[in-house]
Amino acid sequence: MQAKSRPVITLDRVTKVYPLQSGDVTALNKISLSINEGEFVAIMGPSGSGKSTLLNQIGCLDVPTSGTLTLAGREVGAMNDRELTDLRLTTIGYIFQKFNLIPLLTAYENVEYPYLMKHRKNDDTGHVRHLLDQLGIDEALSAHKPPQLSGGQQQRVAIARALVNDPAILLCDEPTGNLDSQTGIQIMEVLAQLNRRGRTIIMVTHERDIAAYAERTITIRDGRVA
Amino acid sequence: MILKDILLQLSVRSVRLHFLRSVLAALGIVIGVVAIAAMGMMGANMTLSVTGELSQMANNLVVTAYTGGGGFMGFGGGGGPPGSGSGGSQSREEQMITQDQFRNIRDIAGSYGTVYYVYSQSDSIETSDQWGRATIYGLDPDIFAEVLELEEGDYPKSTTTVVIGPRIAERFGLEPGSKLVIGDSDEGSTATVRVVGILKEKGMSMDLNTDSAIVGSEKLYTGIYGGEGEYRQVNIVLDDVDNVDTVKEEILAELNDRDDEVTVQDSSSMLESITSVLGTITTFVMGIAGVSLVVAAVSIFNVMMMSVTERVREIGILRSIGTQRNDVRRMFLYEAGILGIVGGVIGAVASLLIGYIVVLGMVGTTEFFFTWQSLWYIPFAMAIGIGICIISGVYPAWQASSLDPIEALRAE
Ligand SMILES: Nc1ncnc2c1ncn2[C@@H]1O[C@H](COP(=O)(O)OP(=O)(O)O)[C@@H](O)[C@H]1O
Ligand SMILES: [Mg+2]
Repeated sequence: MQAKSRPVITLDRVTKVYPLQSGDVTALNKISLSINEGEFVAIMGPSGSGKSTLLNQIGCLDVPTSGTLTLAGREVGAMNDRELTDLRLTTIGYIFQKFNLIPLLTAYENVEYPYLMKHRKNDDTGHVRHLLDQLGIDEALSAHKPPQLSGGQQQRVAIARALVNDPAILLCDEPTGNLDSQTGIQIMEVLAQLNRRGRTIIMVTHERDIAAYAERTITIRDGRVA
Repeated sequence: MILKDILLQLSVRSVRLHFLRSVLAALGIVIGVVAIAAMGMMGANMTLSVTGELSQMANNLVVTAYTGGGGFMGFGGGGGPPGSGSGGSQSREEQMITQDQFRNIRDIAGSYGTVYYVYSQSDSIETSDQWGRATIYGLDPDIFAEVLELEEGDYPKSTTTVVIGPRIAERFGLEPGSKLVIGDSDEGSTATVRVVGILKEKGMSMDLNTDSAIVGSEKLYTGIYGGEGEYRQVNIVLDDVDNVDTVKEEILAELNDRDDEVTVQDSSSMLESITSVLGTITTFVMGIAGVSLVVAAVSIFNVMMMSVTERVREIGILRSIGTQRNDVRRMFLYEAGILGIVGGVIGAVASLLIGYIVVLGMVGTTEFFFTWQSLWYIPFAMAIGIGICIISGVYPAWQASSLDPIEALRAE
């Protein structure tokens, strides 16, 4: 295993406030933490504690209200939408609880999509095919549209999609939340294996035995690191 | 670019997924395209058929007294001669061509073709059971055979006989042998004349509009209205169309030497004014047809908004995995474009059919239908239809692209 010395994600007093008519909601309250390259971190905490909000900041889907967030050496807070979108395309792989595959595209096309967006050409290297094979989605399954696949198969396709541009960071928001426990374990094995090969993974979960796959657990309560 | 392909693929599949809805929205575009193209083609075919008729008169020149203005000829297919539009009260004080001027013109143009003078007047006419108005022409009897073509009967040989145009014959139920009264007894002298011949249908013309006119001898005419030797116009029929400019210039040089005495018109000046009037009418009618495209635009807009609303979650996914805003925007513009192209293409095909029927019905001939001046309106209307679709998609596409990714992902 490689030396986990270089921080790939650094949060310094990151605060996220949602302004609502009924009063501001402080979803994240001055969170400071650092995650090193190659780490597998689980984020735990009760519902509504701010886990997803934290992951969305790291995933560049949103920017903090205050504080600094540094991703692979780049400060995110000052970035415009175009730059944030580009980071999501190239540096971050997102795996969602609800798989979030595009229903109009086949499994193969779903995986190829980020590749197309990045390289602006079709994959002629066999990379997409190879990734799908590794995740146990054969050619016949690849031609199916997501609704025709089982939950586990969909999540495998989603993992392949998240990996296709070889991102520095893999973010997973309750990746097993919509799966039965047997399938959930299979998915966790895949993630653990990816981490063993050096991938940095941050995973939100509220299940202790899922969090056990990670080597470090950060617990969030009321928007603070507990 | 292949990238366009995947976004285009998404748009195509989205349209296919909502096939019926898309077809209905495109139908509006189809109707708009057909309406615009059919009206445009109708205008073009009218212009072309008028041009065709007038080009047969390219060797005609009409000389009228100079009236100050440009001396534009009114155009009324088969209506009165120039200057007669104002009704019955016109006459002596109006500018006429004099006998001297006529002789001058004949001296110049006589060697190039036929030169003859025309008396004309709009007046009321009466048959045994009907009353109406018509143009009364008075001509030199020697010229009848040369400038008038008979459908049936004979040319007038006395001062009590006339030939009449086919439309007037039809309207008043006249045939050779019928009698009619020219003039109103309350206003001046009248004459009872006998119809001896019916003229061939001639269509619009610049020298003599005989279709709804009564033509008699000079003596008959001056017997009723007086004014001998004061001609409404002088017509010149040239043997060679190439001499039009020469003759025109010679007449102007001779007669308008000191003062502007006469105006010489050829078919091109008439063509110009007719073409311009037809152009205005065509544009106006196409504008009305264009209103149907506005309705279509509303329905496209509606369908696009529905599509954006239904695909909010998908937009959230696309954005969250790194799709730029302008790519999302483009995806929806493609969708609008697809509706436009489908509507436009179907509209173009339908225009060919419906345009043909409209032209046949409204213009009476499809002789000019398959010319580019006419068919050009099909791609023109198609482009407008597609353009309208894309414009209708701009706001929905913009809305889709400015959705917040997190909010969009939350949508069910
Ligand atoms: N878009 C938003 N607008 C307003 N409040 C929000 C929004 N997103 C999250 N919140 C609030 O922020 C807090 C943290 O939410 P979240 O990060 O989703 O929690 P978790 O993922 O830990 O269940 C909750 O109180 C939630 O209601
Ligand atoms: Mg959550």
